[in-house]
Amino acid sequence: MSEIADLSALPREEREARENFLVNTKGFLSWALTLDHKRIGLMYLVGVMTAFFVAGMLALMIRLELMTPENTYLSNAQYNQVFTLHGAIMVFLFIIPSVPAALGNFLVPVMLGAKDVAFPRLNLSSFYLWICGAIFFLTAMLYTGLDTGWTFYTPYSTSTKGPVVAATMGVFILGFSSIFTGLNFIVTINTMRPPGMEWFKMPLFLWATYATSIIQVLATPVLGITVLLLAAERIMHIGIFDPEYNGDPVTYQHFFWFYSHPAVYIMILPGMGIISELMSVHCHKSIFGYRFIAYSSIAIALFGFLVWGHHMFTSGMADVTTIIFSALTFTVSIPSAIKVFNWLATMYKGTVQLNTVMCYALNFIFLFTIGGLTGLWLGALSTDRPLHDTYFVVAHFHYVMVGGTLVGFLGGVFHWWPKMTGKMFSELWGKVSCLLVFIGFNLTFLPQFVLGSRGMPRRYAQYVPEFQELHVTSSVGAFVLGFGLFVALGVFIHSLMRGKKAPPNPWGGATLEWQCTSPPPYYNFLTPPEVNDPYNYKPLVYRDGERGWEYIHPEAPEVPQAEPEPAKS
Amino acid sequence: MPALPTLLADINETYWFPPKASTFAEETDAFFMVIMWISLVFFVGIVIAMGYFAMKFRRRPGYKGDSSALHNNTLEITWTVIPTIIVIYIFYRGAVGYLDMVNPPEGDTIDINVTAQKWNWQFQYPNGAIDDELHIPENRNIRLRMRSIDVLHAFYVPAFRAKTDVVPGRVTTMWFQPTKKGDYDLFCAEYCGDDHSKMIKRQGVHVLNDDDYEKYLAKAVKAPDHPIAKGYWLWDKRGCKACHSLKPGETLQGPSFAGSYGNMVQLYGGGEVEFDDQYIQESIYDPQAKARGGYENASAMPSFVGQLSLDDVQSITAFLKEMGKEDFYNLVADDDGLSEDDKKALGISDADVAAAGSGEAEVGDDGSSDEENAAEAPDGDEAA
Repeated sequence: MSEIADLSALPREEREARENFLVNTKGFLSWALTLDHKRIGLMYLVGVMTAFFVAGMLALMIRLELMTPENTYLSNAQYNQVFTLHGAIMVFLFIIPSVPAALGNFLVPVMLGAKDVAFPRLNLSSFYLWICGAIFFLTAMLYTGLDTGWTFYTPYSTSTKGPVVAATMGVFILGFSSIFTGLNFIVTINTMRPPGMEWFKMPLFLWATYATSIIQVLATPVLGITVLLLAAERIMHIGIFDPEYNGDPVTYQHFFWFYSHPAVYIMILPGMGIISELMSVHCHKSIFGYRFIAYSSIAIALFGFLVWGHHMFTSGMADVTTIIFSALTFTVSIPSAIKVFNWLATMYKGTVQLNTVMCYALNFIFLFTIGGLTGLWLGALSTDRPLHDTYFVVAHFHYVMVGGTLVGFLGGVFHWWPKMTGKMFSELWGKVSCLLVFIGFNLTFLPQFVLGSRGMPRRYAQYVPEFQELHVTSSVGAFVLGFGLFVALGVFIHSLMRGKKAPPNPWGGATLEWQCTSPPPYYNFLTPPEVNDPYNYKPLVYRDGERGWEYIHPEAPEVPQAEPEPAKS
Repeated sequence: MPALPTLLADINETYWFPPKASTFAEETDAFFMVIMWISLVFFVGIVIAMGYFAMKFRRRPGYKGDSSALHNNTLEITWTVIPTIIVIYIFYRGAVGYLDMVNPPEGDTIDINVTAQKWNWQFQYPNGAIDDELHIPENRNIRLRMRSIDVLHAFYVPAFRAKTDVVPGRVTTMWFQPTKKGDYDLFCAEYCGDDHSKMIKRQGVHVLNDDDYEKYLAKAVKAPDHPIAKGYWLWDKRGCKACHSLKPGETLQGPSFAGSYGNMVQLYGGGEVEFDDQYIQESIYDPQAKARGGYENASAMPSFVGQLSLDDVQSITAFLKEMGKEDFYNLVADDDGLSEDDKKALGISDADVAAAGSGEAEVGDDGSSDEENAAEAPDGDEAA
């Protein structure tokens, strides 16, 4: 950064153009070795979207195979490898890093009015660990084909041929990437809040990120230990997970889900944080029940540690244990419900702008509500019995992970896209993508609830013919969903090439990131910005499409406010 | 409006669920529908509120929002307490139902041992008979004690609404009381490797009336006496047939047994070895030691140490030895050592014997019952 010239003498517009973090330094190394959290965030964004593309293609391969009850074009063994790859890439390379590492990296410091995260070098190393882990993981899995499922259940994983040890080492490395990000955010949020930003004046996205980071730091080490033990069992037969050497497979399941259930909240909490921001900004109204939403994030993070046993209701745990886990499982549903109700109340008497971003936010609430409610069947012990390990479960967690996290992530990307790239996008095609995702998603996964209640087990390459009709419906839906996502990608690419210049505050957001230029200068803020209520929209007035919303100091004389133009395509 | 619940109740019978065939089905299905109604009320409420607010409070000329409603503790407490009460009810009813599902009532139960392995099920009845399909009497409490000899499996009969994992190293138990005669599907519900999706018994759970069950047990074959017949019987009942065909050239997960004995076979990683008594015994007890070329996934086969006795291995050897020979059927036809029961166990009909002259019959063509053919059908389709 030392070679950056002093630009303060230049006119404002030119200075802004040259200080823009995207172009303030040039060349491959200026990105590869950058310590700028915004660049790292963008690199993560490209990375996780690539991973999502690969895993999404694998999902379409799965759906294509399931068009017929017999082997359509994959053998059973190939099918098992495909669903393993799909699950493992989606979970470890896409969903877990998606919101925290990509959007979180970009937003956390800017929302705090800070220049960067607390440990910029740790941040960059986290990205490279992710790259290393991803390469390691993918190479291992593609080399001979991993077929253990993403859960690596023993003793199948200790006995199958295939690169289990190498793949688990990939998971181990990715775990560190996740821990570094979490640690960084905890320290950043604890120590770098600007003067005046008390805990309860933080944007809710930061609350959600904070809760997520706590889980990342506390739970991920358990995953590391689990995969190390698994590797030791496989190589040295230490006798902990493999019954052949006096181990117990259920012990493995406890270890694995002790991480992997909290990990579900690593995946969904940031999505909820995004929705809290989106609902408030695009309803132009302060978030309803701020404290309840903030506390519910922390409650979810804490309760989330106590419910892992519900993945093992049919594993033969003791009755008392099973019943306790069922009771604890239901405790998580309450804070999730509270969030949904508060989002709805935020709309009440607000000024709802039905743009692309808001459509994604409403899409999230619709799909996440289904995902949450269907959890009731699976948390209740007697109804879980027939539904466990069937397509009902598959549909349920896709509603939460895809309908929740992915849709929330996309909504977030659309919302902060002008801030990240400095370009606006096509509202019309953005809404088209949202509609296609909505239709395609429901068409894919609603039939799977019925498949599950009728008894279709998971992870079947072949199935009995009476399930075909629903499987075909589901596959058609998957292709519609895939098409919708391609439209979204097209919107982003079009925006990069042809998009209009974005104003600093196109939506009228009151959080700090909207106070710097779009895209922000490499230093974010020269001086710590004045901290206001992150959801007070009164001092914001709309100028026009080019200037967007502007912040008027409360003591300045009142300026007549223009009506925002209807969203143009 | 009253028509709607009736309609939905109708749909629930035929649309949502497989047939009800155990005492659990009534309660789990009813409870399923209760949760459905609760969820629908919440879901429809949320969606209507969402749609209504999005329309009514949309940004438009002349409309000004009112941002004074920011929190309301009464509202927050209401929408915390009501869902809490509802989930307490759901938890309670689920837990009570669960306890009924895991603890069989006092009194008579029929205990059946279940052994799961890649990718087959075996059932051992109280009289010692072993079969690969489950035959049970209706309206009796059936208790399964389940063991796995390799990896995790799960015993799942959708019609019974019953599912329990089979965990290697543990004995898991489950019980149910079938209430309706018929043939039901059995699925493996825990991922167990390549042919997980073929570890099913299509219509392979037979609920019989008491008489038929007694008849079944009476004629359920214990191991036949003649070693060749016993070898075939072990192949049929102890899981070999899930991976090893008797049809020449048919490749399932493992190589076909047809025409193997006495020939040289290629080994995985080079070299060859004669398929003889020694090789058969070694392959049964230590399958990975000399895996066949082209079958890298020999790790799928578990060791049968402790499962098959030396006597069993000798019978299998005798069977493999004879089935390769042209005069195998002549041996049968001469009735030289094979009793009628043995022939039945071998699945050899008079037609096979007649066909033996032309050398086209296949031993694997089990003509003893339609049910068994149905169960084998998926195997037959896997020709690589």
